[in-house]
Order: sequence, then C-alpha cells, then structure tokens
Amino acid sequence: MAEFEPQIVAFCCNWCSYAAADLAGTSRIHYPPNVRIVRVMCSGMVNPIYVLKAFEGGADGVLVAGCHLADCHYLDGPVKCDAMVDKLRKVLHVLGLEDERLRREMVATSEGVIFAQVIREMVEQLKKVGPSPFKAKMEALV
Amino acid sequence: MNLEDIIQETKTYYCLECGKCTSICPIARYDSAFSPRMMIENALLGFEDELVLNQKLFSCLTCYTCQQECPSDVDFPIFVRKARSIAQDNGQHGICAHSGQLQSLARLMTSPAIKQKRLEWLSKEYRVSEDSDVLLWVGCAPYFEPIFEDIEFSPLDITKASLKTLNLLGIEPKLLSNERCCGHDALWTGDIETFKKLAEHNATQIKEAGVKKIIFSCPEGYRTFKLDYPNYVDLGCEVQHISELLAEKIGQNGVKFKEIKKKVTYQDPCRLGRHLGVYDAPRKVLESIPGIELVEMRHSGWESICCGTSAFTNCDSYSNMLRAERLSEAVETGAEMLITACPKCQTHFRCAMVDKGEEKRSMPEIEIMDLANLVANAIKEEVIISK
Repeated sequence: MAEFEPQIVAFCCNWCSYAAADLAGTSRIHYPPNVRIVRVMCSGMVNPIYVLKAFEGGADGVLVAGCHLADCHYLDGPVKCDAMVDKLRKVLHVLGLEDERLRREMVATSEGVIFAQVIREMVEQLKKVGPSPFKAKMEALV
Repeated sequence: MNLEDIIQETKTYYCLECGKCTSICPIARYDSAFSPRMMIENALLGFEDELVLNQKLFSCLTCYTCQQECPSDVDFPIFVRKARSIAQDNGQHGICAHSGQLQSLARLMTSPAIKQKRLEWLSKEYRVSEDSDVLLWVGCAPYFEPIFEDIEFSPLDITKASLKTLNLLGIEPKLLSNERCCGHDALWTGDIETFKKLAEHNATQIKEAGVKKIIFSCPEGYRTFKLDYPNYVDLGCEVQHISELLAEKIGQNGVKFKEIKKKVTYQDPCRLGRHLGVYDAPRKVLESIPGIELVEMRHSGWESICCGTSAFTNCDSYSNMLRAERLSEAVETGAEMLITACPKCQTHFRCAMVDKGEEKRSMPEIEIMDLANLVANAIKEEVIISK
C-alpha cells in the first residue's frame, strides 16, 4: 500500500503568508505538495466554520497562517485569529482530534523559507498521526 | 418526502384559515413577514417554492404555542420540520447562528471513527459506576463549554449539578464516553440524514451499555429520545427528565432540603412544557425547597414565551426583542432569580444580556440559574448519604 499522504488546507492571509508562499515558489524552495492554499484577506477573518468545514471535507490538517502581531494590515487580525484558534482547539479536543491537526503560524512576507519549513513539519507530523477520522467522505473525490 | 405527504401526515388540510396560529405566534408578533397561516396556505395551494425557498421557514421556533390554540389540531411544528427537510434538499439551511459551528459539529460526530474526550471534566468528587443501569445523558455540554465561555455560561455546571444531585439521591449513574449529539438540532433544521446516523450511533451504544433508564438534564435531548427516536431506532429503555425524577423522590419523602431564601420565577422550556407537558414537576421541586418563593410571570405554563431561538438558526433582532420581552416579564415579578430547566434557554437569555450589539440596546437583567444547580445547592448532603 502506498504511504499515507496527508492533505492540508492552509488559510493564508493575503498580505503576509500568501505572499510568503509565493516567495517560497519564486525562490524555488522545495516543500511537499500536500497543501491546498486558500487565500483570505486576513487571518482574523478565518471563522471557526472554515476550519470545521475543511475537516468535514476530509482534510487531515488545517493551517491558519497570517501576519506577525505588529504587521497586520488591519491592526488586530492576528489577535482575533489567536482567540478563535484557542477556542476552537478546545472544541476539537473534545471531539478527539489530535492537536497537530490544527496549526496556527505567523509567517511574514519575507519568510518563504519558514513557510516551506512549516509545511514540511506539518506533513511529517500528520504522517505520524495518520488519516483524519472524518476522511471517509472525501475519499471518493480524490 | 414531498409536500403532499407532509400535508397528509400533519393533517394540514384541516386548516380553517382562522389565523389563531399567527396571532399567538411569538415571532409573528415582532416579525410581520412571518406568518404560520401563510405558510400553511402556501402549502395547501401548492406554492411549494414560496414555502421552502423562503428563509422565514427557519424562523419558526417550533415552540408549539400555535398548536395549543389551533382548533383543527394542525401539527404546525412538525409541518415546519418536514418542510425544512425539503428545503435542505433545495440547499436552504436557514441562517445558522455561531456561523453554523454547532450544526457542523453534529455532522462531524456522525463519523464512526472518532474517539471523543468528553468526560475530562469528571473529577473524583462525583461518583459514577460502570455497572449502573441508570445513565446520565451529558449531551452537548462539553462542546458548549468552550463555545459559550464568553457569555459567562457554563453548561457543564448543569451536568455536574445533575450528577451531584443524583449522587445525593443515592444513584451512581453511568456516563458514556463516546455518546454523540442527540441530533435534536439536526432533526429540527431538516437534516434527517445526520439525525439518523447520530440516532443509530447512540442507540447502539445505549444497548451495549445495557441501561434501563436515561436521565436528562436537557429537555431537548429528553424530547428527542422520548418522541423522535422511537420513529427511527429501538432504544428499549425508559427516559426521564431530572425534574421528574426529583418530583418523584420528593413525593416519597426521599429528599431533604436546606433553606434558601430567594424569590424566584420559572421559565418553562418549550421542549419540556408544551412538547412533553411537564409543567408541574419543576414547580413541585421549587416549592418543596424551604425559603423559595415561586412567583409566576405574566405568561406561564403553556402560555410561556420561548427564549427566542431554536436549533441555532435564524437568531435575529426579532429573537432578541422576544428575549427582552421575556426578561422584562421576569424582572416585573420582582423575583431575584430566573430559574429554567433547559441549558439552551439559559444560553439565549445570557447571550441577550451580555451581547448588547452595536446599538447598545438596553436589556432587562436578572440572575439566571438552572433548576439542577439550585437543587444541588439546596439538597441536604448528610441526610441522603446516611440513608
């Protein structure tokens, strides 16, 4: 049987993390192709339902990435995002999901290397953790 | 199921167009665009799209007030519930409160592979037993705990109080470590597929656990198990709300309370009251606590006003007006505390008091507590344990 390849949905903010992903690409930095990036205007606008829907759709992990605290285009986006992730983590914990499946990162525009590193780490961790318990529904689509 | 079947099943064709439903409907009082009579007429005249593609279909509280007055005994809440399942097939979900997280959690819980950590709150002070044939239903409380922490509401406190009360009555209940959502919200928003899966999971686990009786601290779970599960799964056991159990024990002189000097008023949850006709048990419990003075609100019993939202859909400004009305009725009685027996009533009232919106609307304020918490505080420990 082929090795399990986790699927990651990454919500990246338009101003920093998405640009970092771009930089990783234009700089020819290699990182695993397991991630599907969704560009959002700010990490502060990522609603818990986006993350839950990603899991419902069969994602093995979700990454929420945005600007560093002082860099936000909208001033307090990362603060809102942190609060949302903290709350959601508690809910997902009750649901029995491993902590590794939801990751919160701050990646600035210039940090293409860090973006690639985050994805590499996440894929490695998720391979250890195994497929998401909600996977079954998604299987048909892949 | 198509519209014709729904009309046949809920006897909607008996409608006399008298409009009593609309005149007594708590939502229609504030939202002139919402009319139960119009919804029934649309169905009878065959205007299916007008009915099921209208967002207002999800505004109905399914509180059963209309059905109390209907001279033809049309089961409007069930009619709405079934029409919602057609709406779901057409891609309508209503406007889900909390961005639909709660509905999504129910769908996630249908997965057979999950291993929930729902009993981490359980500490050594509570006694539970693996071999007990009585089960305490925990339900959604562990999920609601983090979600509603910013409205200063702890649903788990109600569960803990219920468990403490049971312990003091000499009952060591069993708790299921992997029970699912009862599916109440999924069913009432028309998501039958999710409801069926949840019901099957729960029924299997309950059978494996070999319990004879399930105690509920949440009337929604109670209603779902008592009236809706038998249509889909076989449970083979008795269900009871904690207020009924307490009233029974008080009747047998099995409970001693210490004095709590408080003037309180009681909010009848729609699921417990109008759905299941349990009006007296909670009042009997309140009245048997010495020092408690129970005063009724202007609308009480079957007339009592709903807390404003059901199944976490279409929670809008009209819902809030309804809450303001109910809370002001509670304040008017001069009571120090509003007692309810449903965690959802408490969620909605507390939310209205905490979240005043951008317009900083004024909201009457009153302390609010669940019946189980009051009882757990009032019950005399030494008497029961020595028994």
